[in-house]
Amino acid sequence: MSDMNMDRRNFLKTSVGAAAVAIAPGMLLFQVAHGSTAAASSKVRWGMLIDTALCKPGCNDCVTACNKENGLSGGTAATDSQWIRKIEIKDINSGRPVSLPMMCQHCENPPCVDVCPTNASFKRADGIVLVDKHRCIGCRYCMMACPYKARSFVHEPLSDQHPDVPRGKGTVESCTLCVHRIDQGGKPACAEACTNHVILFGDLNDPSSEIAQKVHSVSSTQLRADLKLNTGVRYQGL
Amino acid sequence: MSSYTLPKSRSPLYYILLALGALVVSIGLYAMQQMEHHGHIITGMNNQIVWGMPHVFAIFLIVAASGVLNIAAIGSVFGQTVYKPRAPLAGMLSIAMLAGGLFVLMLDLGRPDRIIVAATNFNPTSVFAWNLPLYSGLFTLVALYMWTLLEKRMNCWIKPVGLVVFTWRILLTTGTGLIFAFLVARQAYGSALLPPMFIVMSFGWGMAVFFLVQAAIYKWNDMDEDSVILNRMKNLLGIFVLASLFLVAIYHLTNLYFAKQTEFEHFILRDGGIYPVLFWGGYVMLGSLLPLLLIFHSSLGKIKCVVAASMLVILGSFALLYVFILGGQSFPLSIFPGFEVSSSFGDGAITHYHSSVWEVMLGMGGLGVAFIITVIGIRVLDFVPHDLPNK
Repeated sequence: MSDMNMDRRNFLKTSVGAAAVAIAPGMLLFQVAHGSTAAASSKVRWGMLIDTALCKPGCNDCVTACNKENGLSGGTAATDSQWIRKIEIKDINSGRPVSLPMMCQHCENPPCVDVCPTNASFKRADGIVLVDKHRCIGCRYCMMACPYKARSFVHEPLSDQHPDVPRGKGTVESCTLCVHRIDQGGKPACAEACTNHVILFGDLNDPSSEIAQKVHSVSSTQLRADLKLNTGVRYQGL
Repeated sequence: MSSYTLPKSRSPLYYILLALGALVVSIGLYAMQQMEHHGHIITGMNNQIVWGMPHVFAIFLIVAASGVLNIAAIGSVFGQTVYKPRAPLAGMLSIAMLAGGLFVLMLDLGRPDRIIVAATNFNPTSVFAWNLPLYSGLFTLVALYMWTLLEKRMNCWIKPVGLVVFTWRILLTTGTGLIFAFLVARQAYGSALLPPMFIVMSFGWGMAVFFLVQAAIYKWNDMDEDSVILNRMKNLLGIFVLASLFLVAIYHLTNLYFAKQTEFEHFILRDGGIYPVLFWGGYVMLGSLLPLLLIFHSSLGKIKCVVAASMLVILGSFALLYVFILGGQSFPLSIFPGFEVSSSFGDGAITHYHSSVWEVMLGMGGLGVAFIITVIGIRVLDFVPHDLPNK
């Protein structure tokens, strides 16, 4: 009987050891690839300040960078996903033209999160609004609810997806603020690609950050401020 | 009950109808299979118009499913005797149409295979999520209600259960209206008037469906409708049609009064191409005024006129839902008031919607589900309204 117990113990020890040897390299590689896996902090509020005075009409660098980073086709049909788009606006009375990039505004009180029946739309502690692709049932109610037309529905089968940016046919998606980059200490691809320095990215809650200081020193507006969604993306020069 | 047989229910017509219904449901399922395989790219829906023809069918069926229960409530709760024999048929039609509506709604999802996710993840702030227990609750309550109606020993429970069903159906249609009323993003929606408007519309739509089914049952069984009862019921249908027209008019008038909404109303009522045509021609003329004439004109109002009026009310309801759902989404979002707007994503522009055949097929599948349940229900149980003489 005791021999049998010893055999069993040895078998368990060997099994645990083998499992550890098998899993450890994978864990190590995941750590190398993804950096810190610490949870998002509610002390942080990621946001953007967009200076429309610097944004050039016809310049699409931010859109191109977003498409490349996130594996989007770049198509502009009504059924194609556009996580960021350039909008040209002209004041009806004065005729003053303005060009600006438009994406998910990462609201503090996001209507998309309120209406989502399955909690697939959610807001991280650091203010980034995301869609859980495993929970989204493709009802598109969030697209009806978003005041910024920021969301796209994947209408076709996908191929060549980027490993860091999972997408899915039949689910809804939108700008993630390049959360995979942020979690590695980087900044969104659009902000990085904009050579005109239109998009200033940073932590709105950190008084020492450039974005927080600028938001305090210049006049900026939130789109559809009447809805009181407290957007993470602000516009200057509108 | 066990000795009950309808004279015509044994005829080949029953099987022909059943086969026809099965064919229509198969067409709907095939459309769903195509949409899931190729994606919603084969539909007319896109990133601006995210809900299309399937939703017109689904919302009609769900609203009418709730509305038809009024027939039952008038008898069981409010004690009107002529409606009491009609309560079982009304209950069965409610279950049939609700099943048909949910068939369409669920199979139009981008991921219908994840319906278990919807059942196991409940977001308390989502009116969509609220509607799920409202739907399943209605199935359960109406089944219970029909038990109290059809089982003599349970008859004493008809009134209290009927009252619960009536309350539940008002809540359910409120929920349907709130799906749109809670949307602040689009100008067509976001109005507190929508839930009561949907409730009042449900009265007329449900009654119109009931009239058609009742007339078909009587016809196939060589029975005549009591003219006094017909007269009372058709007058009620007329009042419901008038009440719907009133609330729809109020909705548009209040919008017209607000400067920020005027452009949208001009689009829906005057400049929007197909939408004004469907609104004025489809809903107002064919779906409301003509039925009112058929119902209330002294030389009309006979059974054929009431059947025609019911068909027109249903036609008008589809026209109104098309304008409300598709027209409401075609109009661009007002992100930059006071600015002309353009982009690669259709900002500032009217989006043109062309329904695909797949969407219509899926919607028809929902009608097929409701039809099959109705045909089987009439065959299996005694749903024919038997009026007592001189009632």
